[in-house]
Amino acid sequence: MSALAEEFDPASIVTHDPVVRVEGICKHYGSVEALRSIDLQFERGKLTTLLGPSGCGKTTLLKIIAGLVPATSGRIMVNGRAVTGPGPERAFVFQDFALMPWATVLRNVAFGLELKGTPAAERNRVARHHIEQVGLQGFEDKYPHELSGGMRQRVGIARAFAVNADVLLLDEPFSAVDEQNRRKFQEDLLRLVEIENKTFIFVTHSIEEAVYVSDRIVLLSPRPGRVSQVIEPKIDRAADPDDIRRDAGYLDVVEEIWQGLRHYAE
Amino acid sequence: MTLFGFRIPMMASLIVWALVWEIVGHMDVIFLIPPMSAILSAGIDLVQTASWQNATVVTIRSFVIGMALAIGIGVPLGVLMGRSRIADNIFGLWVNMFVSAPLSALVPVLMILFGMGETTIVVTVFLFAVWIIVLDARAGVMQVPPSLIEMARSYGAPPSTILRKIVLLAALPEILAGIRIGLIRGVKGVVIGQILVAIIGYGELFELYSRSFDMERFWALTIVLFAAAMLLSGIVERAEKRIEYYAGAR
Repeated sequence: MSALAEEFDPASIVTHDPVVRVEGICKHYGSVEALRSIDLQFERGKLTTLLGPSGCGKTTLLKIIAGLVPATSGRIMVNGRAVTGPGPERAFVFQDFALMPWATVLRNVAFGLELKGTPAAERNRVARHHIEQVGLQGFEDKYPHELSGGMRQRVGIARAFAVNADVLLLDEPFSAVDEQNRRKFQEDLLRLVEIENKTFIFVTHSIEEAVYVSDRIVLLSPRPGRVSQVIEPKIDRAADPDDIRRDAGYLDVVEEIWQGLRHYAE
Repeated sequence: MTLFGFRIPMMASLIVWALVWEIVGHMDVIFLIPPMSAILSAGIDLVQTASWQNATVVTIRSFVIGMALAIGIGVPLGVLMGRSRIADNIFGLWVNMFVSAPLSALVPVLMILFGMGETTIVVTVFLFAVWIIVLDARAGVMQVPPSLIEMARSYGAPPSTILRKIVLLAALPEILAGIRIGLIRGVKGVVIGQILVAIIGYGELFELYSRSFDMERFWALTIVLFAAAMLLSGIVERAEKRIEYYAGAR
């Protein structure tokens, strides 16, 4: 296997524990073809990034996996069962945070459990644990408008973790966060991938972000969205974050992806 | 506001205008404008009369029933229109027509339909207030961020829960704004209705005072009504202030 990347061939991808399987997903909006026969598998404990230029349908694909948007054809299997709508085994992190402005941090984080009917004492206990995990202890009784953008997305992430789903779906979660916070977030995300042993599916349009956080990058090409390439950046995550960003291997993968995408840019 | 370094209290302009009124009144320019002090003393006498107290009870009763109907029907209808394309198409045209229609012209028709009694007044209050409440509730529901609804769906909320825990709360600022404007329009409705019917409540009193050129009492009654409308709107505005952070943080 090449140290950097390999051409896409569905049969060659060895999946030990495919938690999520995307099988022949197509999506049409009227006469517009948004996605064409997408086949992908996602393993436990790994972070896969869907990367591509705008209009490639990466967010649409993520929302189809989440069950928020119906596919025109094809099916989504989660833990071996076909799913047609949202389910408790998947949790979604939104680009615009999607926090309830009338609810405190604690209630926002506990909201998934509240909808499940978990008793208040139990859900608050779980929510407090996850608030602490994302470094927001002391902010439990604050309202979203009292928090910075970065802190709001921490609330969104804590809410997704609080329901203890197997699959975490993240839709450009750091794009509304400033640059310093984004780097910190990426490092925190890597730590969470390591300790949580969940399946992460991550959408971004930032090549650097994708290469830095991903075990595997699925490159989508636009109009209609298709899988054009699957890249596995082999990056030593044990190294210091700043060293990784200067590492030749890291920079080579970034360059390779850029070469693959540049003809889509004006 | 400050003037020559002195802080001027909020209601100062009101006092200035009352003084101007007093002076004009004493100049005896026109009988329509009696001095403010005479109006105030007439007002104090007025509120002690049985006719004023009875008229007030009748007026408040019509207003409260009409407003309760306007809110009870207007808010659900607006929410429905905001959520359902079909309902919006069915009712949209009518609501938009009525919100700007000269409703006073309809009151004589209402008198034929509902008689010369309180029912007509209640219906008038309802018709004056309900449309803006519908439109504001609809606008509030329509601008609920789609991602908040997706969020609730992704955590497994059924449509009824989404309506109760997300849509209604997210639209609350607009719903309250609609109710506040509806209340002011309702006050207009109750007075116009009573004046046109002319034999009930404040309408009867207005009719009586203007026919007998009793301008002191006429103005006193008007001021009482203005104060009531401002008080009502002030109360709702306070409630709106408490949830003001919504709008900015959505």
